[in-house]
Amino acid sequence: MIKEKNNSIKTTTAVKVFTFVILFAAVFVSLYPFYQMFVSSTLKTGEILKIPPTMSPGSNLAMNLKNLKDKINIGRVMLNSIFVATVYTFLTLIINSLAGYALAKFDFKGRNIIFVLIMGTMMIPAQVLYIPQFTMMTSIGWANKFRAVIVPALANAFGIFLMRQNMMSFPTSLIESARIDGYSELSIFLRIVLPNMKPALGALGIYNFMSQWGNFMWPLIILSTKDMYTFPVALASLDGLMYKDYGMMMLGASISTIPVLVMFLLFQKQFIAGLMGGAIKE
Amino acid sequence: MYLWRDLGDRGVNMKEIFRQVKINQKNAPYYFLTPVIIIFAIFMIYPIAKSFILSFYEFKAGEYSFVGIGNYTNLVKDNIFKKALFNTLIYLVFQVPVMVFLSLLLAYLMDQSFVKWKAIYRVSVFLPAITSLVAYSLIFKLLLNSEYGLINFLIGLFGFDGVNWLGGNISAKISIMLAITWRWTGYNTVIMLAGLQNIPNEIYEAADIDGANRIQKFFKITMPNMKPIILFSAITSTIGTLQLFDEPYILTNGGPDGATITVAQYLYNSGFRYIKFGYAAAISYVLVALIALLSYVQFKVGEKES
Repeated sequence: MIKEKNNSIKTTTAVKVFTFVILFAAVFVSLYPFYQMFVSSTLKTGEILKIPPTMSPGSNLAMNLKNLKDKINIGRVMLNSIFVATVYTFLTLIINSLAGYALAKFDFKGRNIIFVLIMGTMMIPAQVLYIPQFTMMTSIGWANKFRAVIVPALANAFGIFLMRQNMMSFPTSLIESARIDGYSELSIFLRIVLPNMKPALGALGIYNFMSQWGNFMWPLIILSTKDMYTFPVALASLDGLMYKDYGMMMLGASISTIPVLVMFLLFQKQFIAGLMGGAIKE
Repeated sequence: MYLWRDLGDRGVNMKEIFRQVKINQKNAPYYFLTPVIIIFAIFMIYPIAKSFILSFYEFKAGEYSFVGIGNYTNLVKDNIFKKALFNTLIYLVFQVPVMVFLSLLLAYLMDQSFVKWKAIYRVSVFLPAITSLVAYSLIFKLLLNSEYGLINFLIGLFGFDGVNWLGGNISAKISIMLAITWRWTGYNTVIMLAGLQNIPNEIYEAADIDGANRIQKFFKITMPNMKPIILFSAITSTIGTLQLFDEPYILTNGGPDGATITVAQYLYNSGFRYIKFGYAAAISYVLVALIALLSYVQFKVGEKES
C-alpha cells in the first residue's frame, strides 16, 4: 500500500476549493476550443459570426461538407495524410528501434560519437535544413512527391533516444543466452528484443503518426499541387481564400482532428506512460 | 584440372566473403545503424553544412556568388529581421516562464492525494498538444475574432470594450502567446507530473515528522527535486519558441505590419517567397547560434542553482 503524499496535514477546505477551481478551469479552457470547433462545423458562417456566438449544434453540416468538397478533394487529402503518416511511422519505427538497440546493447568503436552526434541534431532548428533540402529535392526530382515529405523526416533523433532508453533496461542475459542457443543477431533482435518493446514502439508510433499528421511547414514548401496536399496544407489553403467560410473551415479542421483524437483517446494511457518512460502512476 | 582448381579456389573465396558480410556479434551494431547513418548523413549533416556554406553566398538569377559575411552584415541592418528577432525574444521572455509556472502549478495540484480521477485531468489538458497546428490556429482565429469572437463577447459581458486581438501591435503578440500557451501547457504538465510522482514519499513523510507545512515542503522538497524537469521543460520550450512559425503564419500572417513576425517566418519569406537562399541560410544560422547560446545559459543557470 503506497502511502499518499501530504496526508498527515489536514487539507483545508480552502485549499481543496482552490485546487478544484484551478483544475476545472484548466480542463474547460483545454476542451472548449474542441467543442467550439465541432459545433461550428454544423453551423452556417452567419450563425458563427454573430453576437452572441452560437454555442449549440446547428443543421448546416451537409451544406458545409458540400462546400468543403467543392474547395478541396477531402477524400484525396485524407488518403494523402494517412499514407504519409502511416508509411513514415512504419519506417521510422524500424530504423529507430534498430539504431536504439545497437546503441543500447552493443559495445563498439564509435558508439559514443555516433550517439552524441545524433543527439546534437535535436538542437538544430528544422528551418536550417529546408533551403539545402529544397534544392536537393528539386534536383533529384523529388519535389511535390510524398517521399520528399517522408524520407528526410526519418532523421528523427528523439525516436532513437526514446528507443535507446527503453532498450537499456532490457536484460542483457536474455540476449546472451539466445546467442548460446544459436540465434542469429537479426533474429535475436526480431524475435527476442522487439516483442518486448511493444509499449515503447506503440508510444513512439502514435507520437510519430501525430507529428507527421500535423506537419505543416515542410509539406507547405515541398508539396505544390492540390492533389498532393496533406490536411494542414489543404486547411491553410482554405484560410487563404477571399471569403472565409468558417463553417466549412471548422468542418475541415474537425475532420482532420478526429482521427488523431480517437487514436489518442484509445491509447492515451500507454502513450503518455511510454513517452514518460513509465513514470506516470494513477 | 587447372580450371577445376580455379573454381574450387573461387568457391573458398566466395565462402570467405560471405562469412565476412554475414551479420555477427561484432559487426551487428554497424549493420543496425546503417540506415540511420545514411539518412542522417544525407538529410541532416549535409544540409547543415551546406546551409552554413550558402550563408556566405548570394543567390541571384539562378547563380550563387560569394559575398563573404555580406549576408550577416545585411541582417544587422535589416529592420524586418530586427523586428522578427525582437518579437521572438518577447515571446520567449513572457510566454516560456508563464507556461512553465502554469504547468508546474497544474501538475502540483493534480498530484495532490485528495484529487481523484487524475487521468481525466491529465488527458484533458494534454489534448491541445495533439491537435494539428493549423486546425487549432483556425479555431483561435475564430475565438479571437474582434467583432464576433467568443472572447470579446465574454469581455463585453463584463462591460469592457472588446480588444482588436489580431489587429493590434501588442494584442496580436498576446494572441500568439495565448495560443501557444493553450497548446503546450498540458504537454509540460504531464512531464512535470511524471517528475512529481518520482519524488519518493519517504522524503515527504520525514518532513511531516519534522512538522513542515505545505509551503515549506513545496520549496524545500518539491522544487529542488523538480529542478532537472523544470530545466528540461524550459529548454525544450525555448527551442520550440525560437523556431515558432505555424501560429504567426496562420493567425496573423506576421502582421499587423510585422508586429508578430518571427525569425522562422522571416526565414521562410526570405527563402521561399523572395528566393534569397543565401540570406535565408544566414538567418537560419543566427537561429542556431541563439538556440545554442540560450540552451547553454539555461543549463548553466540550472547547474549553478542546484
